[in-house]
Amino acid sequence: MNDSEIRDIVLSEIHKVAPDIDPADVSDDDHLQDDLELDSMDILSLVTALHERLGISIPEAEYPEIDTPAKAVRYLAGKITG
Amino acid sequence: MAVFRMPSLGADMEAGTLVEWLIEPGDEVHRGDVVAVVETQKGAIEIESFEAGIVTELIARVGQTVPVGKELARIGAEEPPTVEAVPEPSSKQLSVAVASKPTAPKGKVTPPRSLTSAGASPAARRAAQKLGIDLSTLQGSGPDGAIVLADVEASEKPKNIAKPTDSGLSEMRKAVAAAMVRSKREIPHFSASHTIETQGVSDWLAARNADRPPSERVLLGAVLVKAAALAARSVKTLNGHFTDGAFVQSDEINTGVAISLRGGGLIAPALHRTDTMSLDDVMAGMRDLVTRARSGRLRGSEMTRGTLTVSSLGEKGAEQMTGVIFPPQVALLTVGAPQVRPWVVGDAIEPREVMTFVLSADHRVCDGLQASKYLTVLAEKLSRPEEL
Repeated sequence: MNDSEIRDIVLSEIHKVAPDIDPADVSDDDHLQDDLELDSMDILSLVTALHERLGISIPEAEYPEIDTPAKAVRYLAGKITG
Repeated sequence: MAVFRMPSLGADMEAGTLVEWLIEPGDEVHRGDVVAVVETQKGAIEIESFEAGIVTELIARVGQTVPVGKELARIGAEEPPTVEAVPEPSSKQLSVAVASKPTAPKGKVTPPRSLTSAGASPAARRAAQKLGIDLSTLQGSGPDGAIVLADVEASEKPKNIAKPTDSGLSEMRKAVAAAMVRSKREIPHFSASHTIETQGVSDWLAARNADRPPSERVLLGAVLVKAAALAARSVKTLNGHFTDGAFVQSDEINTGVAISLRGGGLIAPALHRTDTMSLDDVMAGMRDLVTRARSGRLRGSEMTRGTLTVSSLGEKGAEQMTGVIFPPQVALLTVGAPQVRPWVVGDAIEPREVMTFVLSADHRVCDGLQASKYLTVLAEKLSRPEEL
Protein backbone atom coordinates (compact mmCIF):
# COMPACT_ATOMS: atom_id res chain seq x y z
CA MET A 1 0.00 0.00 0.00
CA ASN A 2 1.53 3.33 -1.02
CA ASP A 3 1.26 6.69 0.74
CA SER A 4 -1.40 7.94 -1.65
CA GLU A 5 -3.64 4.97 -0.87
CA ILE A 6 -3.13 5.46 2.88
CA ARG A 7 -3.93 9.14 2.48
CA ASP A 8 -7.19 8.30 0.69
CA ILE A 9 -8.16 5.96 3.53
CA VAL A 10 -7.34 8.53 6.20
CA LEU A 11 -9.33 11.26 4.44
CA SER A 12 -12.29 9.03 3.71
CA GLU A 13 -12.45 7.96 7.36
CA ILE A 14 -12.25 11.60 8.48
CA HIS A 15 -15.16 12.29 6.13
CA LYS A 16 -17.15 9.44 7.68
CA VAL A 17 -16.53 10.79 11.18
CA ALA A 18 -17.42 14.34 10.14
CA PRO A 19 -19.45 14.23 6.91
CA ASP A 20 -19.25 18.01 6.55
CA ILE A 21 -15.51 17.75 5.93
CA ASP A 22 -14.91 17.31 2.21
CA PRO A 23 -11.66 15.38 1.61
CA ALA A 24 -10.90 17.77 -1.26
CA ASP A 25 -10.84 20.69 1.18
CA VAL A 26 -8.44 19.10 3.66
CA SER A 27 -4.80 20.05 3.41
CA ASP A 28 -2.08 17.69 4.56
CA ASP A 29 -1.00 19.95 7.39
CA ASP A 30 -4.45 20.68 8.81
CA HIS A 31 -4.49 19.86 12.50
CA LEU A 32 -7.29 17.39 13.19
CA GLN A 33 -8.39 19.14 16.37
CA ASP A 34 -7.39 22.77 15.91
CA ASP A 35 -8.20 23.15 12.20
CA LEU A 36 -10.75 20.42 11.45
CA GLU A 37 -12.26 20.74 14.93
CA LEU A 38 -12.51 17.04 15.63
CA ASP A 39 -13.15 16.38 19.32
CA SER A 40 -11.88 13.50 21.43
CA MET A 41 -14.86 11.35 20.47
CA ASP A 42 -14.17 12.02 16.77
CA ILE A 43 -10.49 11.15 17.16
CA LEU A 44 -11.42 7.89 18.87
CA SER A 45 -13.90 7.09 16.07
CA LEU A 46 -11.18 7.78 13.50
CA VAL A 47 -8.64 5.62 15.34
CA THR A 48 -11.23 2.85 15.63
CA ALA A 49 -11.96 3.02 11.90
CA LEU A 50 -8.27 2.96 11.00
CA HIS A 51 -7.83 -0.07 13.25
CA GLU A 52 -10.65 -1.83 11.42
CA ARG A 53 -9.40 -0.92 7.94
CA LEU A 54 -5.66 -1.28 8.38
CA GLY A 55 -5.34 -3.54 11.41
CA ILE A 56 -3.20 -0.93 13.15
CA SER A 57 -4.16 -0.12 16.73
CA ILE A 58 -2.81 3.33 17.53
CA PRO A 59 -2.14 3.69 21.27
CA GLU A 60 -3.50 6.81 22.98
CA ALA A 61 0.01 7.95 23.82
CA GLU A 62 0.79 8.11 20.09
CA TYR A 63 -2.25 10.19 19.05
CA PRO A 64 0.01 13.28 18.67
CA GLU A 65 1.79 11.44 15.87
CA ILE A 66 -1.35 11.38 13.77
CA ASP A 67 -2.62 14.88 14.43
CA THR A 68 -2.42 15.97 10.79
CA PRO A 69 -3.13 13.92 7.63
CA ALA A 70 0.54 14.14 6.61
CA LYS A 71 1.74 12.86 9.97
CA ALA A 72 -0.93 10.16 10.02
CA VAL A 73 0.18 8.88 6.61
CA ARG A 74 3.82 8.79 7.72
CA TYR A 75 2.92 7.01 10.96
CA LEU A 76 0.66 4.44 9.31
CA ALA A 77 3.08 3.80 6.43
CA GLY A 78 5.80 3.12 8.98
CA LYS A 79 3.58 0.63 10.80
CA ILE A 80 2.54 -1.13 7.60
CA THR A 81 6.06 -1.62 6.24
CA GLY A 82 7.67 -1.95 9.67
CA MET B 1 -58.91 3.34 19.78
CA ALA B 2 -55.95 5.47 20.68
CA VAL B 3 -54.74 8.63 19.06
CA PHE B 4 -51.08 9.14 18.37
CA ARG B 5 -50.25 12.81 18.71
CA MET B 6 -47.34 15.08 17.92
CA PRO B 7 -45.17 14.84 21.04
CA SER B 8 -43.35 17.75 22.64
CA LEU B 9 -39.68 17.06 22.08
CA GLY B 10 -38.27 20.12 23.76
CA ALA B 11 -39.10 22.94 26.09
CA ASP B 12 -40.20 25.33 23.39
CA MET B 13 -41.31 23.07 20.58
CA GLU B 14 -44.60 24.28 19.12
CA ALA B 15 -44.87 22.09 16.05
CA GLY B 16 -43.03 19.53 14.03
CA THR B 17 -43.02 18.65 10.35
CA LEU B 18 -43.70 15.06 9.42
CA VAL B 19 -40.82 13.90 7.25
CA GLU B 20 -41.49 10.21 7.00
CA TRP B 21 -43.98 7.60 8.15
CA LEU B 22 -42.44 4.28 9.15
CA ILE B 23 -45.84 2.65 9.56
CA GLU B 24 -48.89 2.19 7.41
CA PRO B 25 -52.48 1.18 8.11
CA GLY B 26 -52.63 -2.47 9.13
CA ASP B 27 -49.21 -2.48 10.78
CA GLU B 28 -48.94 -3.67 14.35
CA VAL B 29 -47.06 -1.28 16.63
CA HIS B 30 -45.74 -1.70 20.14
CA ARG B 31 -45.00 0.88 22.75
CA GLY B 32 -41.56 2.28 22.03
CA ASP B 33 -41.56 1.44 18.32
CA VAL B 34 -40.23 4.20 16.11
CA VAL B 35 -43.19 5.10 13.93
CA ALA B 36 -42.31 8.40 12.25
CA VAL B 37 -39.56 10.92 11.65
CA VAL B 38 -40.36 14.50 12.55
CA GLU B 39 -38.31 17.52 11.60
CA THR B 40 -37.90 19.96 14.45
CA GLN B 41 -35.79 23.07 14.82
CA LYS B 42 -33.16 20.78 16.32
CA GLY B 43 -33.14 18.46 13.34
CA ALA B 44 -34.92 15.25 12.52
CA ILE B 45 -36.08 13.16 15.48
CA GLU B 46 -37.43 9.62 15.38
CA ILE B 47 -40.62 9.52 17.40
CA GLU B 48 -41.89 6.48 19.21
CA SER B 49 -45.40 5.24 19.79
CA PHE B 50 -46.81 5.50 23.29
CA GLU B 51 -49.54 3.07 22.26
CA ALA B 52 -49.77 -0.52 21.17
CA GLY B 53 -52.17 -1.89 18.59
CA ILE B 54 -52.93 -1.90 14.90
CA VAL B 55 -52.55 1.27 12.89
CA THR B 56 -55.98 2.16 11.52
CA GLU B 57 -55.38 5.56 9.95
CA LEU B 58 -52.56 7.94 9.16
CA ILE B 59 -53.95 11.44 9.60
CA ALA B 60 -50.92 13.66 9.01
CA ARG B 61 -49.33 13.79 5.56
CA VAL B 62 -45.62 13.79 4.87
CA GLY B 63 -44.53 17.42 4.63
CA GLN B 64 -47.31 18.64 6.89
CA THR B 65 -46.43 20.80 9.91
CA VAL B 66 -48.39 19.55 12.90
CA PRO B 67 -48.75 21.46 16.20
CA VAL B 68 -47.73 19.67 19.39
CA GLY B 69 -50.68 17.63 20.68
CA LYS B 70 -52.48 17.37 17.34
CA GLU B 71 -53.39 14.00 15.85
CA LEU B 72 -50.86 12.17 13.71
CA ALA B 73 -52.45 8.73 13.48
CA ARG B 74 -55.05 6.45 15.00
CA ILE B 75 -54.10 3.15 16.54
CA GLY B 76 -56.72 0.51 17.27
CA ALA B 77 -56.33 -1.42 20.48
CA GLU B 78 -56.02 -4.89 19.06
CA GLU B 79 -53.91 -5.84 22.02
CA PRO B 80 -55.23 -5.33 25.53
CA PRO B 81 -53.87 -2.03 26.74
CA THR B 82 -51.00 -2.38 29.17
CA VAL B 83 -51.42 -1.16 32.71
CA GLU B 84 -49.01 1.70 32.21
CA ALA B 85 -50.61 2.93 29.02
CA VAL B 86 -51.79 6.49 29.32
CA PRO B 87 -54.91 6.79 27.19
CA GLU B 88 -55.12 9.76 24.89
CA PRO B 89 -52.84 12.12 26.75
CA SER B 90 -52.91 15.76 25.87
CA SER B 91 -49.59 17.09 24.69
CA LYS B 92 -48.93 18.70 28.02
CA GLN B 93 -49.80 15.61 30.00
CA LEU B 94 -47.73 13.59 27.62
CA SER B 95 -44.60 15.57 28.21
CA VAL B 96 -45.18 15.46 31.96
CA ALA B 97 -45.79 11.74 31.83
CA VAL B 98 -42.57 11.24 29.96
CA ALA B 99 -40.79 13.58 32.30
CA SER B 100 -41.92 12.29 35.63
CA LYS B 101 -41.85 8.59 35.07
CA PRO B 102 -39.63 7.81 32.16
CA THR B 103 -39.83 4.09 32.73
CA ALA B 104 -39.17 1.73 29.89
CA PRO B 105 -41.95 -0.70 29.06
CA LYS B 106 -41.70 -3.58 31.44
CA GLY B 107 -41.49 -7.17 30.35
CA LYS B 108 -40.57 -7.81 26.78
CA VAL B 109 -38.30 -5.29 25.19
CA THR B 110 -39.33 -4.50 21.67
CA PRO B 111 -36.44 -3.23 19.62
CA PRO B 112 -37.35 0.02 17.94
CA ARG B 113 -38.32 -0.67 14.40
CA SER B 114 -36.88 1.29 11.57
CA LEU B 115 -38.23 0.54 8.16
CA THR B 116 -35.68 2.62 6.37
CA SER B 117 -32.36 0.95 6.05
CA ALA B 118 -30.21 4.05 6.09
CA GLY B 119 -30.35 7.38 7.81
CA ALA B 120 -30.24 10.82 6.33
CA SER B 121 -28.33 13.85 7.46
CA PRO B 122 -30.29 16.67 9.10
CA ALA B 123 -29.43 18.93 6.17
CA ALA B 124 -30.74 16.33 3.74
CA ARG B 125 -33.97 15.95 5.68
CA ARG B 126 -34.52 19.68 5.80
CA ALA B 127 -33.87 20.03 2.09
CA ALA B 128 -36.09 17.08 1.22
CA GLN B 129 -38.87 18.47 3.33
CA LYS B 130 -38.54 21.91 1.81
CA LEU B 131 -38.53 20.48 -1.68
CA GLY B 132 -41.26 17.91 -1.05
CA ILE B 133 -39.03 14.95 -1.86
CA ASP B 134 -39.75 11.53 -0.35
CA LEU B 135 -36.46 10.39 1.19
CA SER B 136 -37.33 6.74 0.69
CA THR B 137 -37.05 7.23 -3.06
CA LEU B 138 -33.43 8.36 -2.86
CA GLN B 139 -30.18 6.43 -2.94
CA GLY B 140 -27.74 7.62 -0.29
CA SER B 141 -24.11 8.28 -1.11
CA GLY B 142 -23.02 9.07 2.46
CA PRO B 143 -21.53 6.79 5.11
CA ASP B 144 -23.36 3.45 5.29
CA GLY B 145 -25.67 4.60 2.52
CA ALA B 146 -26.90 7.61 4.45
CA ILE B 147 -28.68 10.22 2.37
CA VAL B 148 -26.73 13.46 2.37
CA LEU B 149 -27.69 16.92 1.16
CA ALA B 150 -26.02 16.38 -2.22
CA ASP B 151 -28.29 13.38 -2.90
CA VAL B 152 -31.37 15.45 -2.25
CA GLU B 153 -30.16 18.34 -4.36
CA ALA B 154 -29.16 16.01 -7.17
CA SER B 155 -32.67 14.59 -7.25
CA GLU B 156 -34.26 17.97 -7.64
CA LYS B 157 -34.41 20.13 -10.73
CA PRO B 158 -32.08 23.06 -10.07
CA LYS B 159 -34.70 25.74 -10.58
CA ASN B 160 -36.80 24.37 -7.72
CA ILE B 161 -34.13 24.65 -5.05
CA ALA B 162 -35.49 27.15 -2.62
CA LYS B 163 -33.22 29.98 -1.65
CA PRO B 164 -32.69 29.97 2.10
CA THR B 165 -34.71 32.74 3.66
CA ASP B 166 -32.07 33.78 6.10
CA SER B 167 -33.33 35.76 9.05
CA GLY B 168 -29.85 35.77 10.52
CA LEU B 169 -30.52 32.85 12.86
CA SER B 170 -30.60 29.22 11.82
CA GLU B 171 -33.51 27.10 13.02
CA MET B 172 -31.12 25.39 15.41
CA ARG B 173 -30.00 28.72 16.86
CA LYS B 174 -33.62 29.79 17.21
CA ALA B 175 -34.36 26.61 19.16
CA VAL B 176 -31.36 27.07 21.43
CA ALA B 177 -32.26 30.73 21.89
CA ALA B 178 -35.88 29.97 22.79
CA ALA B 179 -34.94 27.34 25.37
CA MET B 180 -32.21 29.46 26.92
CA VAL B 181 -34.35 32.62 27.06
CA ARG B 182 -37.06 30.61 28.78
CA SER B 183 -34.53 29.12 31.17
CA LYS B 184 -33.04 32.48 32.12
CA ARG B 185 -36.51 34.05 32.43
CA GLU B 186 -38.07 31.33 34.57
CA ILE B 187 -35.27 29.67 36.49
CA PRO B 188 -33.58 31.53 39.35
CA HIS B 189 -30.12 30.18 38.61
CA PHE B 190 -27.33 29.98 41.11
CA SER B 191 -24.09 28.14 40.79
CA ALA B 192 -21.38 26.53 42.85
CA SER B 193 -17.95 25.54 41.61
CA HIS B 194 -15.32 23.07 42.67
CA THR B 195 -11.86 22.38 41.31
CA ILE B 196 -11.10 18.68 41.53
CA GLU B 197 -7.77 16.97 40.99
CA THR B 198 -8.27 14.53 38.13
CA GLN B 199 -4.70 13.35 37.63
CA GLY B 200 -5.61 10.06 39.28
CA VAL B 201 -8.60 9.58 36.98
CA SER B 202 -6.58 10.33 33.86
CA ASP B 203 -3.71 8.06 34.90
CA TRP B 204 -6.12 5.25 35.79
CA LEU B 205 -7.93 5.67 32.47
CA ALA B 206 -4.73 5.75 30.43
CA ALA B 207 -3.62 2.48 32.03
CA ARG B 208 -7.05 0.95 31.49
CA ASN B 209 -7.10 1.96 27.81
CA ALA B 210 -3.51 0.96 27.10
CA ASP B 211 -4.28 -2.73 26.61
CA ARG B 212 -7.52 -2.19 24.73
CA PRO B 213 -8.25 -1.91 21.05
CA PRO B 214 -9.67 1.51 20.06
CA SER B 215 -13.24 0.21 19.95
CA GLU B 216 -13.06 -0.66 23.67
CA ARG B 217 -11.38 2.50 24.94
CA VAL B 218 -13.20 4.83 27.28
CA LEU B 219 -12.92 8.62 27.15
CA LEU B 220 -12.61 10.86 30.18
CA GLY B 221 -15.99 12.35 29.23
CA ALA B 222 -17.70 9.01 29.90
CA VAL B 223 -16.03 8.73 33.32
CA LEU B 224 -17.32 12.20 34.20
CA VAL B 225 -20.85 11.40 33.03
CA LYS B 226 -20.92 8.22 35.12
CA ALA B 227 -19.55 10.03 38.18
CA ALA B 228 -22.07 12.85 37.70
CA ALA B 229 -24.91 10.31 37.63
CA LEU B 230 -23.71 8.54 40.77
CA ALA B 231 -23.37 11.86 42.61
CA ALA B 232 -27.00 12.65 41.72
CA ARG B 233 -28.05 9.64 43.82
CA SER B 234 -26.83 11.49 46.88
CA VAL B 235 -28.62 14.77 46.11
CA LYS B 236 -32.02 13.86 44.77
CA THR B 237 -33.34 17.43 44.63
CA LEU B 238 -31.11 18.11 41.65
CA ASN B 239 -32.48 15.26 39.56
CA GLY B 240 -35.89 15.69 37.95
CA HIS B 241 -38.16 18.14 36.21
CA PHE B 242 -39.80 21.39 37.25
CA THR B 243 -43.11 21.42 35.40
CA ASP B 244 -46.28 23.44 35.92
CA GLY B 245 -45.03 25.07 39.07
CA ALA B 246 -43.91 21.91 40.82
CA PHE B 247 -40.73 19.90 41.04
CA VAL B 248 -41.07 16.21 40.29
CA GLN B 249 -38.06 14.31 41.45
CA SER B 250 -37.13 11.45 39.15
CA ASP B 251 -36.42 7.97 40.42
CA GLU B 252 -34.29 7.45 37.35
CA ILE B 253 -31.07 9.30 36.72
CA ASN B 254 -31.08 9.98 33.01
CA THR B 255 -28.03 12.01 32.15
CA GLY B 256 -28.37 14.51 29.35
CA VAL B 257 -25.18 14.78 27.34
CA ALA B 258 -24.69 18.16 25.68
CA ILE B 259 -23.39 17.50 22.17
CA SER B 260 -22.00 20.31 20.11
CA LEU B 261 -23.01 19.78 16.50
CA ARG B 262 -20.54 20.49 13.76
CA GLY B 263 -21.82 23.44 11.82
CA GLY B 264 -23.30 24.98 14.95
CA GLY B 265 -25.85 24.27 17.58
CA LEU B 266 -26.25 22.13 20.59
CA ILE B 267 -28.38 19.14 21.41
CA ALA B 268 -28.65 17.27 24.70
CA PRO B 269 -30.08 13.76 24.32
CA ALA B 270 -30.06 11.63 27.45
CA LEU B 271 -28.82 8.21 28.44
CA HIS B 272 -31.26 6.06 30.37
CA ARG B 273 -30.53 5.24 34.04
CA THR B 274 -26.89 6.19 33.69
CA ASP B 275 -26.12 5.40 37.34
CA THR B 276 -26.90 1.73 36.75
CA MET B 277 -24.81 1.40 33.57
CA SER B 278 -21.27 0.04 33.49
CA LEU B 279 -18.60 2.53 32.46
CA ASP B 280 -18.15 0.69 29.16
CA ASP B 281 -21.89 0.94 28.53
CA VAL B 282 -21.88 4.67 29.32
CA MET B 283 -19.09 5.09 26.78
CA ALA B 284 -20.93 3.02 24.16
CA GLY B 285 -24.11 4.97 24.85
CA MET B 286 -22.36 8.32 24.41
CA ARG B 287 -20.70 7.16 21.19
CA ASP B 288 -24.09 6.10 19.90
CA LEU B 289 -25.74 9.39 20.87
CA VAL B 290 -23.03 11.46 19.18
CA THR B 291 -23.20 9.36 16.01
CA ARG B 292 -26.97 9.62 15.80
CA ALA B 293 -27.01 13.30 16.74
CA ARG B 294 -24.82 13.90 13.70
CA SER B 295 -26.85 11.75 11.32
CA GLY B 296 -30.26 12.94 12.52
CA ARG B 297 -31.41 9.72 14.12
CA LEU B 298 -32.10 10.67 17.72
CA ARG B 299 -35.35 9.43 19.27
CA GLY B 300 -38.07 11.44 20.93
CA SER B 301 -37.61 9.68 24.28
CA GLU B 302 -33.93 10.59 24.27
CA MET B 303 -34.84 14.24 23.81
CA THR B 304 -37.25 14.36 26.75
CA ARG B 305 -36.12 11.90 29.42
CA GLY B 306 -33.02 13.78 30.64
CA THR B 307 -33.11 14.60 34.37
CA LEU B 308 -29.71 16.29 34.79
CA THR B 309 -27.39 17.38 32.00
CA VAL B 310 -23.62 17.36 31.76
CA SER B 311 -21.91 19.80 29.40
CA SER B 312 -18.20 19.38 28.87
CA LEU B 313 -15.82 21.79 27.16
CA GLY B 314 -13.66 18.89 26.02
CA GLU B 315 -10.00 18.12 26.35
CA LYS B 316 -8.72 21.51 25.26
CA GLY B 317 -10.05 24.93 26.03
CA ALA B 318 -11.25 27.14 28.82
CA GLU B 319 -10.97 25.98 32.40
CA GLN B 320 -14.43 26.95 33.56
CA MET B 321 -17.91 27.68 32.28
CA THR B 322 -21.19 28.38 34.05
CA GLY B 323 -24.00 26.86 32.05
CA VAL B 324 -27.68 27.59 31.58
CA ILE B 325 -30.08 24.91 32.79
CA PHE B 326 -31.96 22.97 30.12
CA PRO B 327 -35.67 23.25 31.07
CA PRO B 328 -37.55 21.46 32.54
CA GLN B 329 -34.47 20.13 34.32
CA VAL B 330 -33.24 21.87 37.46
CA ALA B 331 -29.48 21.41 37.30
CA LEU B 332 -26.66 21.41 34.81
CA LEU B 333 -23.07 20.41 35.42
CA THR B 334 -20.43 22.06 33.26
CA VAL B 335 -16.96 20.64 33.07
CA GLY B 336 -13.99 22.78 32.10
CA ALA B 337 -11.08 21.48 30.07
CA PRO B 338 -8.37 19.75 32.13
CA GLN B 339 -5.52 22.05 33.17
CA VAL B 340 -2.18 21.30 34.78
CA ARG B 341 -1.91 23.48 37.89
CA PRO B 342 0.20 23.63 41.05
CA TRP B 343 -1.56 21.44 43.58
CA VAL B 344 -0.87 20.66 47.19
CA VAL B 345 -0.16 16.96 47.59
CA GLY B 346 0.70 16.13 51.20
CA ASP B 347 3.26 18.76 52.17
CA ALA B 348 4.49 19.45 48.67
CA ILE B 349 3.30 21.40 45.68
CA GLU B 350 3.21 19.37 42.50
CA PRO B 351 1.98 19.93 38.97
CA ARG B 352 -1.28 18.01 38.73
CA GLU B 353 -4.15 17.81 36.26
CA VAL B 354 -7.23 19.50 37.67
CA MET B 355 -10.69 20.23 36.33
CA THR B 356 -13.20 22.84 37.43
CA PHE B 357 -16.82 21.75 37.74
CA VAL B 358 -19.63 24.28 37.96
CA LEU B 359 -23.07 23.18 38.98
CA SER B 360 -25.84 25.51 37.88
CA ALA B 361 -28.96 24.83 39.91
CA ASP B 362 -32.55 26.03 40.22
CA HIS B 363 -33.01 27.97 43.45
CA ARG B 364 -36.70 27.10 43.50
CA VAL B 365 -35.87 23.51 44.39
CA CYS B 366 -32.53 23.60 46.19
CA ASP B 367 -29.96 25.77 47.92
CA GLY B 368 -26.21 26.15 48.06
CA LEU B 369 -25.97 23.35 50.60
CA GLN B 370 -27.26 20.78 48.13
CA ALA B 371 -25.14 22.11 45.28
CA SER B 372 -22.07 21.99 47.48
CA LYS B 373 -22.86 18.46 48.61
CA TYR B 374 -23.27 17.34 45.01
CA LEU B 375 -19.84 18.67 44.07
CA THR B 376 -18.10 17.15 47.08
CA VAL B 377 -19.69 13.76 46.39
CA LEU B 378 -18.58 14.11 42.78
CA ALA B 379 -15.00 14.71 43.98
CA GLU B 380 -15.21 11.58 46.13
CA LYS B 381 -16.42 9.52 43.16
CA LEU B 382 -13.60 10.82 40.98
CA SER B 383 -11.03 10.02 43.67
CA ARG B 384 -11.94 6.33 43.28
CA PRO B 385 -12.29 5.88 39.52
CA GLU B 386 -11.88 2.11 39.77
CA GLU B 387 -15.27 1.99 41.50
CA LEU B 388 -17.07 3.77 38.69
